[in-house]
Amino acid sequence: MIPLIAIEGIAVPLPRDNVDTDAIIPSREMKTVSKSGLAEGLFAGWRYLSMNSRDPDPAFILNDPRFAGAQILISGANFGCGSSREHAVWALAEYGFRVVVASSFSPIFRANCIRNGIAPVALPEEVTAILMAGATAGQPVAVDLRSMMVRQGEGAWPFTLDEEARAMLIEGLDTIQLTLKSSDDIALFRARDAVRRPWVYLR
Amino acid sequence: MDDAAAAGKDRAGPGGRTLAGAIWDAHVVAALSGESDLLAIDRLLLHERTGGVALQNLDEAGRKVLAPAQIFATMDHIVDTLPGRSDRTIMPTGTAFLTAMRDGARRHGITLFDLHDPRQGIVHVISPEQGIVLPGVTLVCPDSHTCTQGAFGALAWGIGSTEAEHVLATMTLRLARPLDMRITIDGALAPGVTAKDLALHIIGRLGSGGAKGHVIEFAGAAVRALDMEARMTLCNMATELAAFGAVIAPDDTTFAYLKGRAYAPTGNLWDAAMEQWRALRSDADAVFAIEHGFDASDLVPAISWGTSPQHVVPIDGAVPDFLALDGRMGRADYDRAIAYMDLRPGTALAGLPIDAAFIGSCTNSRMSDLRRAAAIIAGRRVAAGVRAICVPGSTQVKAQAEAEGIDRIFIDAGFEWREAGCSMCFFAGGESFGPRQRVVSSTNRNFESRQGPSTRTHLASPETVAASALAGCIADPRHVGAAA
Repeated sequence: MIPLIAIEGIAVPLPRDNVDTDAIIPSREMKTVSKSGLAEGLFAGWRYLSMNSRDPDPAFILNDPRFAGAQILISGANFGCGSSREHAVWALAEYGFRVVVASSFSPIFRANCIRNGIAPVALPEEVTAILMAGATAGQPVAVDLRSMMVRQGEGAWPFTLDEEARAMLIEGLDTIQLTLKSSDDIALFRARDAVRRPWVYLR
Repeated sequence: MDDAAAAGKDRAGPGGRTLAGAIWDAHVVAALSGESDLLAIDRLLLHERTGGVALQNLDEAGRKVLAPAQIFATMDHIVDTLPGRSDRTIMPTGTAFLTAMRDGARRHGITLFDLHDPRQGIVHVISPEQGIVLPGVTLVCPDSHTCTQGAFGALAWGIGSTEAEHVLATMTLRLARPLDMRITIDGALAPGVTAKDLALHIIGRLGSGGAKGHVIEFAGAAVRALDMEARMTLCNMATELAAFGAVIAPDDTTFAYLKGRAYAPTGNLWDAAMEQWRALRSDADAVFAIEHGFDASDLVPAISWGTSPQHVVPIDGAVPDFLALDGRMGRADYDRAIAYMDLRPGTALAGLPIDAAFIGSCTNSRMSDLRRAAAIIAGRRVAAGVRAICVPGSTQVKAQAEAEGIDRIFIDAGFEWREAGCSMCFFAGGESFGPRQRVVSSTNRNFESRQGPSTRTHLASPETVAASALAGCIADPRHVGAAA
């Protein structure tokens, strides 16, 4: 995972609540048994003029050349709701996004972000509204995981992430590798628990 | 603050433990930094959409599956539900998902309920059927509706593929403890009003972010009165509230359901388990971060009008005016939803002509769902021009329905009778409903294009779907008279 410490640049405003993972990547765009090749399907239902074409819909913001290359996405409440498909995060990451700012996140989507080097930054609705207005006018946004601050123009807002999530993002950790270091603890727990709850440990 | 999950560790103040908290505590392998714990996972379920890729990545990293006997897999998300199905899927690239799941399961010694296995079906239908989920266990699956299985007093929640890989390799997850919410439902549901109506009503009132990151404990007389299948329907929809999971304290209803299931304990082990399971409940003085109360007696069947499960009205209601929503929804989102659904403020839901009716999904595809729907359609015909489909949740449900003659009732009424799977709950590139078609559906999500490009979904109970299929328009199931 590529570490994410701080980032500054243009941001794409997507002023909608409840942007669901079917919208982020429709089921039909998950064509292969793979984590890659998904960027093209990102927001496919909104981004292209029809299901069977790749003709960009000029009305959709990702197709606006002013926002080309953006690494920050800003949206409304309950972002990433719906299906647990990690493909939604893989598609966002492959497209180039490193930060999603929203007034709240679905818990599964949020966890998937952290495991793929995307920072899920939750800020109050009043703040996301300000950020989206600024982003629409082309104002860059800065997100810093060391100071845990988001800045735009004169504005600065703190955000929170639990310590574990923050460390994973900043250090770009492979969590499985990390947890495998606790293999002895896990084996001990399982051995004791198998005495206490033998029916859990099927053979 | 988004981090409902974050505050968990600090709440060991005065007051007793919640059920979810007690299950959590029993699974802590080690405390991690901040609010996170390394939590032991008892059950991992996989399906072909994400299982193959997780196992493939694990192999590529040179890692082993730690405890294959605690992991189960099924084919539900991509597999066809048409009679005579095979590995050749309607979804153009679907076969690769099936073979990747099968090869991965074989390589790692994971039990797979494959295409022609009598135990095959939707993951949240078959796990309870087989007694894989048990009270007090931690159970995860790369599927957001895993919260369904909290109905058994388990801590069950949906994860991503990377977390599934983490469980495959370590039988643990690193995560921050979620906060607790209790939703107490008093009273009793009126005849013709179901757990699905209750769930939709709760989501309509609390909003689709209403439980953000919390574990919901459903409690109260109305919940205790529900059978296990209805409890599963209620818990299933918790993810539509953005909950981490849902849980119901296990009781005699739970134990009676599980006894004798294939993977449930037997003999002395059953007795030992029961001793622990009976203690699985929140302390009387347990502290919940948020409490909500509902009265089931007030409820009528519910139906969704928009593009989020929170867009719900009573079956005799109308599309709300924007102002009546009291700021629960932004103007642009509202305009977009009614335009997508081709509705206007004030339009009555009942009487809206439909193109299709769908009974199925992990929400409502179990025996009791099918029996109740069949009671409505028995001796009647689906309205001309309406495509009606029934997809049993598992091969076992299908076989039982066929033994009871319920398949004939559906077929004689003009329903398609399918093989088990997720089917057209979502459009994976195989089958879908047509553009701008209006579908009444017993599923869980009415998102834009969820059931097909530009398809308009109205969520409802199986009874409402059945009544609507007969009427050719959205219809109140309580108004269908006795069979002629």
